[in-house]
This record gives sequence, structure tokens and C-alpha cells, in this order.
Amino acid sequence: MSNSMPKNPRVALFVTCLVDLFRPSVGFASVKLLEDAGCDLDVPMCQTCCGQPAWNSGDRADTRDLAEAVIRNFEDYDYIVAPSGSCAGMLKKHYPEVFKGDELWESRVERFSEKVYELTSFLVDVMKVEKVDAVLKADITYHDSCAGLRELGIQEQPRKLVSSIKGVTMTEMKNSDVCCGFGGTFAVKYSEISNSIVTTKTGHIKETSAKMLLAGDLGCLLNMAGKLRRENSNIEVRHVAEVLAGMVDNAPIGQRTPKGGGR
Amino acid sequence: MSQREEILSKVRAAIAPNGNHDERRKNLRTAAIAKADGIIPKLPESKKAIQARFEERAVKADATVVFSKPREVANNIAKYLREHNLPSAIRTGDDKRLKTLLRGYESLLEISHGRTYGDDMVGVSHALGGVAETGTLFMESGKDNPTTLNFLPETHIVVINADDIETSYENLLEKLRDKYGAGEMPRVLNMITGPSRSADIEQTLILGAHGPLRLHIIIVRK
Amino acid sequence: MVEITSPEFKANARLAMGDGQLQQALGHVRTNFINKRAEAKANLDEFDELRDSATAIKDHVLEHLDLYLEKYEEKVIASGGHVHWAATADDACKQILDICRSVGAKSVTKGKSMISEEIALNDALSAAGIEPVETDLGEYIIQLRGEHPSHIIAPAVHLNMDQVRDDFIKHHTHLPADRPLNEPETLLREARAILREKFLNADVGITGANFLIAETGTSVIVTNEGNGDLTQTLPKIHIVIASIEKIVPTLEDMSQIVRVLARSATGQDMSVYTTLSTGPRREDDPDGPEEYHVVLLDNGRSSMLGTEFQDMLRCIRCGACMNHCPVYHAIGGHAYGWVYPGPMGAVLSPSLIGVDKAGHLPNASTFCGRCEDVCPMHIPLPKMMRHWREREFEKHLSPMTQRASIRGWAWVAKRPFLYRMMASASARFLWLLGGVNHRIKSLPFAWGWTRHRDMPAPEGSTFMSQWRERQARDAGDL
Repeated sequence: MSNSMPKNPRVALFVTCLVDLFRPSVGFASVKLLEDAGCDLDVPMCQTCCGQPAWNSGDRADTRDLAEAVIRNFEDYDYIVAPSGSCAGMLKKHYPEVFKGDELWESRVERFSEKVYELTSFLVDVMKVEKVDAVLKADITYHDSCAGLRELGIQEQPRKLVSSIKGVTMTEMKNSDVCCGFGGTFAVKYSEISNSIVTTKTGHIKETSAKMLLAGDLGCLLNMAGKLRRENSNIEVRHVAEVLAGMVDNAPIGQRTPKGGGR
Repeated sequence: MSQREEILSKVRAAIAPNGNHDERRKNLRTAAIAKADGIIPKLPESKKAIQARFEERAVKADATVVFSKPREVANNIAKYLREHNLPSAIRTGDDKRLKTLLRGYESLLEISHGRTYGDDMVGVSHALGGVAETGTLFMESGKDNPTTLNFLPETHIVVINADDIETSYENLLEKLRDKYGAGEMPRVLNMITGPSRSADIEQTLILGAHGPLRLHIIIVRK
Repeated sequence: MVEITSPEFKANARLAMGDGQLQQALGHVRTNFINKRAEAKANLDEFDELRDSATAIKDHVLEHLDLYLEKYEEKVIASGGHVHWAATADDACKQILDICRSVGAKSVTKGKSMISEEIALNDALSAAGIEPVETDLGEYIIQLRGEHPSHIIAPAVHLNMDQVRDDFIKHHTHLPADRPLNEPETLLREARAILREKFLNADVGITGANFLIAETGTSVIVTNEGNGDLTQTLPKIHIVIASIEKIVPTLEDMSQIVRVLARSATGQDMSVYTTLSTGPRREDDPDGPEEYHVVLLDNGRSSMLGTEFQDMLRCIRCGACMNHCPVYHAIGGHAYGWVYPGPMGAVLSPSLIGVDKAGHLPNASTFCGRCEDVCPMHIPLPKMMRHWREREFEKHLSPMTQRASIRGWAWVAKRPFLYRMMASASARFLWLLGGVNHRIKSLPFAWGWTRHRDMPAPEGSTFMSQWRERQARDAGDL
């Protein structure tokens, strides 16, 4: 792809079901970032979910049905980008597994999966974005969501972009690469273990001087924000895309709208 | 069907149900293939550098190391024992190299020979060789250097020829193969890296678990 | 049989998380092992290449396991040893008891072996009137306590020093009760002295094996304490108990894997003792066992070959997966309810005791992938846990409500129009519940979530509906 990349690639945004339901502003921030980077952006209207909840519950048949729909709806674009390492990982790394052994689909899936990217890595690695225009005076800490980190190797890209925001200081938390305890249905099925893990995580977050927590996956963010709120912490929690796009006037995740609507 | 046949046929049914076993046998790895495929960590190749690396790694593994001329070996043993308030009685096997090094020093060291049953304070052995990569000693069993000397005494002193220190395990294994024949081994080969230890109580590392508390290595350089 | 409490995993985990002493002890796992492994890896440029090499060797072995087993057996016999094949745990125990009885054994010393735990050998020995003596310090401590290992390489990692001291005072009654025992070192010295007697008086020594080398008929143990060596050197009989997948073809292949074993486990470059044993005492040997026996155990492993679980048989039992597992860090090893804890146990235990009993284990993972990341043998642990979930789903072993909700949700997700309507309704409903604070403190259908944390509220309408409005607006502007 890289050697024949069009200047303004046709990019489909895979919104993800959590962003669609919980935090549309992440979707709009993604749209802005991709358009600013020169992408010809589209949002296919038939999308629902990548099928990961079924896949991780052992439900292969439903996963396959959902995956087929995603591939049909998205395969004609130059790239498919999701503001989530977990969902992008599902499309990129797990779909080939879903269709393994099916000769009719294998090469089709392979072509599709090659074009899938997580948002920040797409901006940095494919669109060669070096910096963003946003200005934000904030002390930030960043959590590496597991799927993005270990399935897609995303670690430097979001940090690079966040550091380019004027006014930002980055303070690394201890064990930023350790799971927050979300794990999809795990957080509900094994809620007490999940709670123990997220308590360790929020402890590390609070040990830093940071006033804002960012990550690239809404699942992890809902988990950590929910825990921080329960612990009466006022650390602001946002998806990294919101901050990169300079769209921070809305309420942080699980918090009241900041006074005056913005800064 | 014997349990042997039961297990082997289950294994075969799983991995090679229609396999031609004579053909499959041709794929088996030999030492030559394993050696050619293997990844060997790169190390400096000069003799001096290899010996220095061996010393560094052995010390990192909590052994003590001294370089010695052949005629100084007995003195070095005696000195070490004095420094650790140990009696000058040592137990060794029938190793000819050790006998030569210690001959004439009977007034300095009280030497007894044979395996130990646990009542000797100090065992002295001669190593087949050493590996610079990790500061590891190779010790063969047998009457020359009984295995019990490696484990029962609280203090283990090992004498090794500087020329027998190799970069990798593989080099010493090749030496072993030359000595015993392909596919043959001494009854026991002990690869020893430092004195015995345990961290089973609160992850606190303590030297001297069931084996020696101290491992002292004397590298003989002419 | 070791008691299986895996079905009560959730209750076990709850107890473990409420156990302050255990939580304190687990602190050591959460930091020490991880830092030491990272350091060892950083100090060896070829570490990742060696992992690939080690993985390839084991894959090759598994594809030719029958042939290597035959070759290994032939070499053991040629060196004067005996090979016994055991299809099940009971078969293995019976064979070992027969060997012990052949010399009228009263006392057996044991090196650390997870296979021995798997086949519940100590129970079998005790029932036959033979005293099993665990000699690894950690194993000795938990044997005194009547416990099982909570970690495959650090069996007593769940205990603190005070507990060990209390156990020693309680059990070592021949020593004065007021002796000073307030350092790990004094505790170790006491155990050393007591076990030294046991070593010298044992009739049989039983060890496990980290490797079985086909080229030479050699068994290999990798240890730090030296207890395994005393166990196998001093008694009349040495019995090795090892599972069939421990085979490696050659000495060089062992060297490849040894290079990643200790580094992944304790972070040492090399364990203190790597001991290669081939047959019994020879003609002019002054020491060593008179008889050398190997019991080769299958116990379910051949059923994993040729399946999606075959890769698990590459495992070299280093413990790196549990050392890095956030779930293990939270609950420790005993909560898993059987011999093998952590990610490797979550994959292996269902194979060995049945997914009906161990079904929780592969589910109790966030799929964070850290285990696979650090596994020296590149075992795709999360993927195999997912395979277990698939089997449970196929067999209708997953809880009814969970199954119904996944299927119901998928049914809706396959119908985009319906899905968008329901998503919009949910977004609106949850937004209302969130109020001005934008968070929900209690949700009956997500009780597990809101018991411990708030549910951040949605922003009110879905992205898709807002996007459609924006598109319509933009079209109107044109």
C-alpha cells in the first residue's frame, strides 16, 4: 500500500460501538484529525460492531456473520481507521483467524486486514503527521491499552502527537503498559478481580502529578474513569483523539461539563 | 496393549496418522543440525577476554575467583581456607591434575580422598571446563571428581585450567562428545553457576541452601 | 487426586483478595520477577532470536514426538536405566510405588516437581506407608502446612516469613521453642540441617525433569538450591517423573532452551545447577544411585497433540506468564483451584481435568496479552483461552444468561437499522440516568460494574445519528 498511496486516501472511519453509544465526540475528533491529515473521509452507515464481544465469548458463528458485514461495508476503501486499538486489532489481527481455513474468504480478509489501522498509528505511520495544531495547558498521563500496545505495537505514536500539543506536559505513570482490568465482559463477569486490577491502576494514575488521563480505547477509559469517579478523584479522563483534535469543551468522561464550557 | 504402545499409538494418531515413519525419521535433528541452527550469543574471542568474561560472570553469580599459577594452587587453597576460618582439611577425588598440583603440600593441606558422606567441610574438585557466557563450570561425575563433593561440603573449591574456558556451552558439549563418544555421557554432568541459593522465603536471596554456601574458583594459568 | 476447587474460582478469588497477608506477599511477584526478567532480557542481545530458536525446536519435537520418545527410551536402556510408561496419573503413582516397594523404602526425598503435584504422588506414597519428604525449601514449607504450591517456580510465594517461623516452631519440636528465628537466613539454616539428615537416610530420591534428551537418554533438572542433586545422588534409587513433551533432540537443543529458561523465570542468566543425568552408578563411580528409573507420563497430553492446544506442549514451566499476569497478581495461585495457576494453568488445566471443572480459568482473563508477550516459547496463551471459551460455548457450558445476552446482542448487531434505534434509545436512557454529573452510580443490569465503579454516562445521542444530521445539514447548505 505504502508505495502506491494516493495523496488523499479514501478512508472509512470505523466508529466502534462504544464510541457510537457513549462518546460521539471521539468520533467527531477522529473525523477532524483524519480530514486535517488530508484524508477523504467517509463513515459507512451500515456499521454496528466488530464482533469482539462474541469472539471473546467463544461465539464463532455470530462473530463470523458480523465480520462478514464489516468486510463487505469497508473493503472498498483505501484504509479503515478506528479510534480504538482493541477494535482495530480485532479487524486486523483476529479477522484472519475468524476466516482461517475458508479458501473463499482468506485472501479477501487478508486484503481487508492489511488496510486497517488504529487512529494514532495511522496518523503517524501512514499519513506521516508530525504534530497537531491543538493548544492545551495540561499535565497529562497516558495509559497504554493492551490490544493497541501488544497486538499493534502502539506506544510511541500517541505520545509523539500528544507531546506536540502546545502547553502539554507528559508525566508517565508507573506500569502504564499494564492492563486496567477492563477486558470487555471480564469487567462484569469477574467484577471483583477487575476491580482489584483497576484499583491498582488508578493508584498509579493518582501517584503522578497529572490532572488528565488519556488513552486510546474507550473501554479502558470508561473503566478507569468510572473508578476514578467512584474514588472521588477529579482527574479529567478523555480519549486521546479529543485532545489531539483540540475538542475539549465538552464534559470529560463521567464528569460535569467544565465551568464556562471550555478554556 | 501395553501402556507404552497405548501412548505411542495415541501420539502417532494425533501427529502422523498416515505418516511414513521411516521418512519422518530422516527429519530427526542430529547434533550437527542443532549446532548449525543454534543461536550462540556473540562474545569476544581472545583468550584473555574470554577468561575475563568468565570471571566477571562467575562473580556476578556470587562465586569468588582467583587466577593462579600451577605452583600457587595449594597456597591459594590454604589462603582461602584461612581467610574463611576453615580447617585446612580438604576432600578430593582421584583427579590426577589435582594430585599433581597438590603434591608436596601435605604440610599445608590435610588431604583425604574419595566421595563424601557429608562430614567434610571442604570439597576440592577439578572442572572439565568453564563457559564464559554465564560463568558456568562443567563437572563430570566419577572417581576423579565424585558428585557428592559438589554438593555436600559447605565450601566447594573448583580448580579449572584457563585453557578449558570456552565461550559457549556448545563448545564444551563438543569436547564432551569427543571424550565419551557421540550419544554418550558421563553419569552426571553438573553445570554449576555460583553457590547454592534459595529465595523461597519472601523472595529474599540467601546463599547456601542445600548445596555449598561458598563456591571458590581457582583458574590455573601457566 | 489433588482436590479440585476450580469450579469455586470466584469464591476462591474473593477470599484471596480479602486476605491482607496474601496480598502483601503477592507484592513480591508484582515487582521482583518482572524487573529481573526485564534486566536479563536487556543484557542478552540474542534473547528474542533464542526464543524463536527454542520455539522451533519444540515445534519440531512435537511433530516427531513418537520417534524421539522411542530414541530416548533406547538410550536410557542402553545406559542401564529403566523406562516406565504411564498413561494416567494413577498408573504413574502405581509404578513409582512398585519401585519403592522393591527396596522396602520407608522414606523418599523429592526434588521439586509439578508433575508430582499433578499426579498427587505424595498422597499415594503416604497411603502406602512411605514418607515423602519435599526438599525444595518452598515445597518443604508448604508440605509442613499441608498446602499445595501457589506458583510453579516459587511454591511458597504466598507466605511471609512470620508464617514460616510459626510453622517451624510448631513442627520442629526437637529444637528449643525460644530459639531466634527472625531472619530468612536462620530459617533456611534450620531447614538445611533438618533436611540434610533426610537426604542421607532416604531410600529413594524422586525428581522431575526440565528436559529429556533423546540423543543421550539424559534427564535434566534445573535448580538453585542443590536439593535436587542431593535427592538423586544419595539414595539407592533415583526415579525421574516426567511428562512426554519434555523431550528435546540433542544437547545443543537443550542449551538453546536453557538460555531462555532462567532468564524468563527468575531473571538469572543461568540457574545455579543444571544437572544432566544418564543412567545409574557406573563401575568405578564412588557415588550415585544404583538404579535409575524414568516414568514417562502422558495423562492427557497426547490428546492435546494435533489440536488447537498443541502449542501449549511447548511450555517449559518458567512461570513468566503468571509473573506478569494482572489476574494472578490480584488473586495469587491457589484461587485457580488446581495444580497449575496463572495463564499457563488457564490453558492446561481444562485439558487435564476437563473444561467442565476448569471452565472459569480461561474466562478469567482480560486478554491483555502480557503472558504471550513474555512467554519464551511464544505460546499464544490468550488465543488458546479463547479456544476453550469456544468449546464451552459449543457445549453450552457457558452460563445461560451470558450465552443468551451475547446471542441476543449479536442478533441485533446484525441488523443495522434496528441496532441504531436501540443504540439511540440506550444512549438517551443512560444519559438521562447520568444527570448533570454524567455518571451512573447503580445499574441493575450491570451490577458487577457499578458495584465497584461508576458508569460514565453517554453524551445523549449516538455518533451515527449526529453524523446523519450533520450530513443532512451539509447537504442542505449546498
